[in-house]
Amino acid sequence: MTTMTYAQAIREGLDEAMAADNEVFLIGEDIGEAGGVFGVTKGLWSKYENRVLDTPISEEALVGAAAGAALLGGRPVAEIMFSDFSTLAMDMLVNQAAKTSYMTGGRLTCPITVRMVTGTAGATAAQHSQSLEAWFTHTPGLKCVAPSTPADAKALIRTAIQDADPVLFFEHKMLYNLKGEVPAELDDLPLGKGKVVRSGSDVTIVSYLKTLHEAVRAADHLERDGISAEVFDPRSLVPFDRDGLGASLERTGRLVIAHEAPTTNGFGAEIAAIASESFWDLLKGPIVRVCGRDTPVPYAPELEGFVLPDAQRITQSVQEMMKQEVARA
Amino acid sequence: MSLPVAKLEEEKLLELYRKMVLIRRFEEKASELRQAGFIPGFLHPYIGQEAVAVGTCAALEASDVITSTHRGHGHMLARGADPKRMYAELYGRQDGYNRAKGGSLHMIDTELGFLGANGIVGGGIPLATGAALQLKLKGSKGVAVSFFGDGATNQGSFHESLNLASLWKLPVIFVCENNLYGEFTPQDKHQPIRDIARRADSYAMTGVIADGNDALDMLRVTSEAAGRARSGEGPTLVEAKTYRHRGHYEGDMGRYRSAHEVEEWMAKDPILNLETELLQDSRVAQQDLDGIRNDIEEQLDAAAAFAEGSPHPDPGEALEDVFAGPNGASSA
Repeated sequence: MTTMTYAQAIREGLDEAMAADNEVFLIGEDIGEAGGVFGVTKGLWSKYENRVLDTPISEEALVGAAAGAALLGGRPVAEIMFSDFSTLAMDMLVNQAAKTSYMTGGRLTCPITVRMVTGTAGATAAQHSQSLEAWFTHTPGLKCVAPSTPADAKALIRTAIQDADPVLFFEHKMLYNLKGEVPAELDDLPLGKGKVVRSGSDVTIVSYLKTLHEAVRAADHLERDGISAEVFDPRSLVPFDRDGLGASLERTGRLVIAHEAPTTNGFGAEIAAIASESFWDLLKGPIVRVCGRDTPVPYAPELEGFVLPDAQRITQSVQEMMKQEVARA
Repeated sequence: MSLPVAKLEEEKLLELYRKMVLIRRFEEKASELRQAGFIPGFLHPYIGQEAVAVGTCAALEASDVITSTHRGHGHMLARGADPKRMYAELYGRQDGYNRAKGGSLHMIDTELGFLGANGIVGGGIPLATGAALQLKLKGSKGVAVSFFGDGATNQGSFHESLNLASLWKLPVIFVCENNLYGEFTPQDKHQPIRDIARRADSYAMTGVIADGNDALDMLRVTSEAAGRARSGEGPTLVEAKTYRHRGHYEGDMGRYRSAHEVEEWMAKDPILNLETELLQDSRVAQQDLDGIRNDIEEQLDAAAAFAEGSPHPDPGEALEDVFAGPNGASSA
């Protein structure tokens, strides 16, 4: 076991993928000698100079270049410095890469990995803080991965690069300095395998990225109140681990979903729909979402704190859920 | 100036002619088949622009790759695609190039390095740039060619890609088919310049104007551009001045164009031009040309019959190919 940060873990995953396969290259803005705005690719340029490509500030061209190279067998990893800027590459992501396999009847594939630097970094405001994953989960043909720990980040970036399909890899800015243990010989981790990160018997809290850690803290608070919360991390949204969700609901019968993205039409709405369609009989009461409020992300810390979910809001929502259930009974 | 006809072997000239007539007749027949109810989707006929695709592709090698447009049948046929599988795709049948999942706007032939028509104006330009990047990274001598229209040169994808391609000296040829209209809008209403080749200057790239109604001129210009690309000198922007004889899509009557303008361009028909030149040179007899035309009629009749005989897809196939790899399904 080695202790490393989430950023280091992603870097190690990239490094191993590049060492293992000459077709893997990195492309993005300021990712080369500068090592990326958040330092994720630091040191890779000196090791693989001609495979770490700094581009102009041209998101459509850089994602398009990645996609075009992938059509000829390349395994590019593009970085979108702030996932908010993916709007400028939307045609390449949604109309080109996502649909290559389908519209060619499976005769051509576009195996790109796009690293989407996601979520608030604290006072980063409306155009550098968004959590846009639901846009992409709503586009058939894209896989969406959202690792929450260093070990998962390293394992899943390797899986994403090897995957035959376009994979969007959502990395939360506030997790980059999070430390965790990563085994020296890390097992491969397929997409679509969630993980129970904390066991419980009264309620399942499904969460990912930074909010997952808020959910774990909430579960600690709730335990003191005598409420046993299980925390389930799906790790990838597409494909989504329905069986893992069902198994957790078997144990708890109650579902809370927490994510930083806005509530309305967030991926939590899909999780709620999966639960009510497939696991209705297991549910003891209404599903509750504790998500970003339906506003752009504001600047001032007290405004941002009001909009984005945290451990306190998750704790209160679970307590309220339990109270209402008693009231209904 | 185009290559003197005398410099090309007769066989090659006839091949240019054959391909141009094949495209023309493929498109005319597709129009009839659509009117007869055999083709369910849109068609954007390439009629009038045949010399661009045929001249350009004649300069390419097997290792080169192409991205195309919504008006892509001509590029694909010029590259050597099989009309049987093209009609089967247009019919929406299992033997189509894309197994009935793409239709006209998304057709591919990976074996020919034909990376696809594209339903998005300017959508193929970044992809060709990326393909050229991959060719360069692998040390291949291959070249990527991106076809697009005048309308696409107002998209960000065009400007971003030309900048990147020139900066990195990528082996790519940007072929702009300036047919004077972006959909229904004339060029003077969609951009403040007449010569799109000038846009190359902004990107420190060679820009060339070619006669898009002259296959030999296209062949010459593309050969030079490919030579520069293969020797590491980077991209070229070729502007092919041409005209589409028909509307933007099959069914568009093109009322936004004057009869005079259409007549003027009809007189510059690229197939008639080449025919006249070939016959004047008297190295080719009328009966050679007639023979080619007859063969094409037979080939296209057989292609349409093949398409009609090809099985319809099973509705359940709609669920296949969303993902190429495992673990695709997000929901059961």
